[in-house]
Amino acid sequence: MLEINDLSISFSSYSFGLRKTETCAIRSLDLTITPGQIMAVVGQSGGGKSLLAHALLGILPRNARVTGGMLFKGEPLTIKRQAALRGRQIALIPQSMTYLNPLVRVGNQVAQAARLGGVPGRESKGAVSRAFTRYRLNQKVISCFPFQLSGGMARRVLTATATVGGAELILADEPTSGLDPASSGETLAHLRELADSGKAVLLITHDIEAALKVADSLTVFCGGVTLEVAAAGDFSSHGVLRHPYTRALWGALPGNDFVGAVPAAMTIAKNGGCPFSCDCPKSDTVCNDMMPELKRLYNGLVRCHYA
Amino acid sequence: MNKGTVVRYLFGKFARLLVLIAAVATLSFVLVSYSPIDPVDAYVGAAVLKISPEQRAVIAQRWGLDRPPVERYLKWAGHLARGDFGISTIFNQPVLAVIGSRFVTSFWLMALAWSISGLLGFGLGLTAGAMEDSLVDRGIRFYAYTMASTPTFWMGMVMLMFFSIYLGWTPVGGAWPLGLSGAQATLGQRLHHLLLPAATLSLIGVAQIALHTREKTIEAVRSDYALFARAQGESTLGIVFQRAVRNVALPAVTLQFASLGELFGGAVLAEQVFAYPGLGRATVEAGIRGDVPLLLGIVLFSTFFVFTGNTLADIIYRLVDPRISGIRRAES
Repeated sequence: MLEINDLSISFSSYSFGLRKTETCAIRSLDLTITPGQIMAVVGQSGGGKSLLAHALLGILPRNARVTGGMLFKGEPLTIKRQAALRGRQIALIPQSMTYLNPLVRVGNQVAQAARLGGVPGRESKGAVSRAFTRYRLNQKVISCFPFQLSGGMARRVLTATATVGGAELILADEPTSGLDPASSGETLAHLRELADSGKAVLLITHDIEAALKVADSLTVFCGGVTLEVAAAGDFSSHGVLRHPYTRALWGALPGNDFVGAVPAAMTIAKNGGCPFSCDCPKSDTVCNDMMPELKRLYNGLVRCHYA
Repeated sequence: MNKGTVVRYLFGKFARLLVLIAAVATLSFVLVSYSPIDPVDAYVGAAVLKISPEQRAVIAQRWGLDRPPVERYLKWAGHLARGDFGISTIFNQPVLAVIGSRFVTSFWLMALAWSISGLLGFGLGLTAGAMEDSLVDRGIRFYAYTMASTPTFWMGMVMLMFFSIYLGWTPVGGAWPLGLSGAQATLGQRLHHLLLPAATLSLIGVAQIALHTREKTIEAVRSDYALFARAQGESTLGIVFQRAVRNVALPAVTLQFASLGELFGGAVLAEQVFAYPGLGRATVEAGIRGDVPLLLGIVLFSTFFVFTGNTLADIIYRLVDPRISGIRRAES
């Protein structure tokens, strides 16, 4: 369904006078999703994960520069194709309630999304009603304003908005942040349902525990690069994980070794080396200076010189 | 909002209006009593040489000017409380009748200028905001900044010179042709005379609302909900003209109602330049010719006018914004 090869996103801005500086947010990201699958992109907060979703939809700010390959159903995602696909075949579930217009009744907002997603005008009312039922929202909520909703309800409305148009690829951006465990579990269950109905779901999150509950595989993303792609099952024990960073993440989970916090890796690797090189027990000068290639290792991918 | 809240709200507003009117009345009375213009001199005008000091004293006595200011104030306030604003010395008519007839003339000027500047300003602001940093946006901004720093009277004179004198399209002044009375003039003639002052006030009034709307539009285009709309496949124009219009219009409506005070001030200047016989011109005449009852009456009237504008803005905001109209949370 979706294939991303060596994606990089950078922003140009003008600092002091007319000096143009380029800030790189994502340097080399690789991932593949197939229909029926949830692929979780796990990375630290502020690491540019949301930008990945925005890049796929083609809604980055004007000063952003995207390079690398993005293939949707085997064909490159050009700007023109993105404009035609977004809302129809690729949909976004945003992070928080602020993504709803505060002055428009939520039913109307879902209806607008339905119209843009290609639902014919006279069927949109029914589609909205069905979407509300599917996500256990009272029909009365249709005529509510966003400020009247609780956090969990708002998240269900956002999910309804994203799915009402029947998109095949769902990008869920931090869908569990700020939710209590019950609502969070419910949101994740909805994503699983979507995947089981044949859609492809890209789950962008910093919460590795949440991701492990529903995802089929995980892409571990750090400092702007993909460090490891592993099946969710690989996380059941320490031994199968390929990259020292992933192992550190695993070890930091309660119920595992619980060894303590994983050091915050560089946003962008220093000297062009591995972003985890400073804190990695195995690192040496090669790691500091050279970015390892992404290589295949027991049914997964890893970017490490010593894996 | 339930009935009790509405009654309490209106009662509170009314109480505030009374306090405001009392304060403005006192303050303006004090100011007027220190005015260097002697009402008797201003009244007799050129005839000042023909009347004796005794006759002056009679006029002053008749007007109560021989009494101390506090006593005069109390007497005036007492009459006010009974709804008696006194007699205008220059028009020889009750103050309220003068204000009434003058306000009707001004009303059309202000209403026209207010609605044109509001609609035009809002449209320009939306367009500029939707096309941020484009040539169109720069043009609109340039226009708005220029107008925001242009004095109304100067603009009026430029308009007069160009349209009335150079092109000869519009009359030089007045609200109807010279030699006719207001009642004799046709609607067409009156509109013809209204055109230039209304255009002047509108062109100037556009600036503030356009700049404000532009800011709000840009804010809306950069908001999270606009980004989400874009992710759903909405275009920038769709976001601005379909999704964000309400968010932008709300503060604009408030601003437009709250600007009634400025409109009043602008009308005074424009009416002076165009010799338009409205309330603004009556204000200037009352001031210069020492017509104290009329001047104070107009001050109180404009207080009421501006207060009403602000209250309307407040009420409209409450009606249109669901967040403060008292809608309860939903049950899941």
